[in-house]
Amino acid sequence: MLELLNFGFEFVEIFAFIVLATVGLAVIFGMMGIINLAHGEFILVGAYATTFTFDAGLPLPLAMLAGVVLTAVYGLVLERLIIRHLYGRLLDSMVVTWGISLVMIQLTRIVFGNTAPGIGIPYGQLPVVDGPIYYLVLAVVAVGVLGGLYALFTWTDFGIRARATMQDETTARSMGVDTDRMYMTTFAVGSGLAGLAGALYAPVMTVTPEYGTGFLIETFVAVVVGGASVLVGTVLASGLLGTVNAAVTNVAGTFMGQVAMLIAAIVAIRLMPEGITGMLADWRESRGESQ
Amino acid sequence: MATSDPTVKTAPAVDETGPDSSRILQTRGLRKAFGGLTATDDVDFALEAGELRCLIGPNGAGKSTFLDLLTGRLEPTAGKIYYDGADITGLPSHERVDRGISMKFQVPSVYEGLTVAGNLRIPLQRVVEPDAFDARTREILERFDLLAERETVAGELSHGQQQRLEIGMAMAMEPNLLLLDEPVAGLSVEETADIADLLREIADDDGVAVIVIEHDIDFVETIADRVTVLDGGSIFREGSIEEIRTDPEVKRIYLGEDR
Repeated sequence: MLELLNFGFEFVEIFAFIVLATVGLAVIFGMMGIINLAHGEFILVGAYATTFTFDAGLPLPLAMLAGVVLTAVYGLVLERLIIRHLYGRLLDSMVVTWGISLVMIQLTRIVFGNTAPGIGIPYGQLPVVDGPIYYLVLAVVAVGVLGGLYALFTWTDFGIRARATMQDETTARSMGVDTDRMYMTTFAVGSGLAGLAGALYAPVMTVTPEYGTGFLIETFVAVVVGGASVLVGTVLASGLLGTVNAAVTNVAGTFMGQVAMLIAAIVAIRLMPEGITGMLADWRESRGESQ
Repeated sequence: MATSDPTVKTAPAVDETGPDSSRILQTRGLRKAFGGLTATDDVDFALEAGELRCLIGPNGAGKSTFLDLLTGRLEPTAGKIYYDGADITGLPSHERVDRGISMKFQVPSVYEGLTVAGNLRIPLQRVVEPDAFDARTREILERFDLLAERETVAGELSHGQQQRLEIGMAMAMEPNLLLLDEPVAGLSVEETADIADLLREIADDDGVAVIVIEHDIDFVETIADRVTVLDGGSIFREGSIEEIRTDPEVKRIYLGEDR
């Protein structure tokens, strides 16, 4: 029974981590076709903003909110100055965002030094399972973020316009959608979500200039395994990778859990080159044709 | 009537006197060049409110480029576009839509992954309150004979149904000017006749000015109030369908007898 609880806790922890780390990148990639190689450094901005505002005396939730807002604003400025010139230029956008990430890491080191003030993990330990209560909070936030994004993209006018822009930009423009503004807003939302991941994990991970790289493997693997559909892809990829990682970690430790997750990702990409949601779309199409 | 010789190209002279307020749409000296190629050349065009005008001309005459300049997909190299008395030359596409210009592309551009009702929601959210979506959606679907397909995914519609849906989406924005690029391409005789009725109804009953790019002269004869012939990016002739049909010069450029 305890083993099952441990596995469950491990899964919840990894699932939340992958979801929170991935969702900002997935929104920007899925909606705009931009592979943001500086995603880890957007997470870094959220973490630093949270750490320093908390250190300055803000309560932790407000410090985290500051991290989210500052990262969103940072993303907005970067989109207006640089990213908007790179739409439809996939390779160029990768090279430029990679350059941005290198500059940000070095700038962070120059300005703030090699470490940032620490934030202790809040809320204490769980009674039965060996782990902090805060990880359950992270899981709740992850589910809340997914639910919020689902509501945003399904029920709001913004969501309808965003999906219209994502599917066919030219038609969206002819339907009166200001696609330029949609891209700008979407990039800011994606950046804010990256900032949220940085803020939420600032109490858990040591904040250094390389903080963002700690998120990158899970993030990019999850986006590729998930496929084109932003939300469903993120959920399914996080579920698959989280299950494999948690199961193996429980038996053979964290390192082997990571190895198993990457092997699972390689197998998944080999079997489903378009990702899980691409395979599901093909399956639905073939089922429709056969009926 | 503009009767410029297509073989003679003169520098576009933009009339600075401003628009004629009796016209819903006017262009003055409109020109679009792609490097050394001039696709639209010194076009002075005018359209009355509620008029249905067909644009015809051989391939490469500059018809689609002209429409793209009107919608804002392309920026002109020179010249002005006036809509409803205002200069809209530098406005982006979505602001032109806000002012009442709707466009239907040559290839059906519906959202194939959304239902028919979902497709209509995109333009409708601009013009009606959310609690009126259902009623307005029903009205449009009835008018465009798509009520039974309301919850059908648009990708599963026939080509003709997709064309009707796209015109419905354009009309959902309650435009004053509707631009259509080959709306009956690939349609059957019956479907073509349906679209012809719809377009006449849109011009006559709704009072919407319509510009249609079309190759099918029989279809043009059915619907057009007037016809503009483009050739080499310039206006070659303008007149009633009878005048255009019997013009030997139009026959010459259209049938390529001079080439």
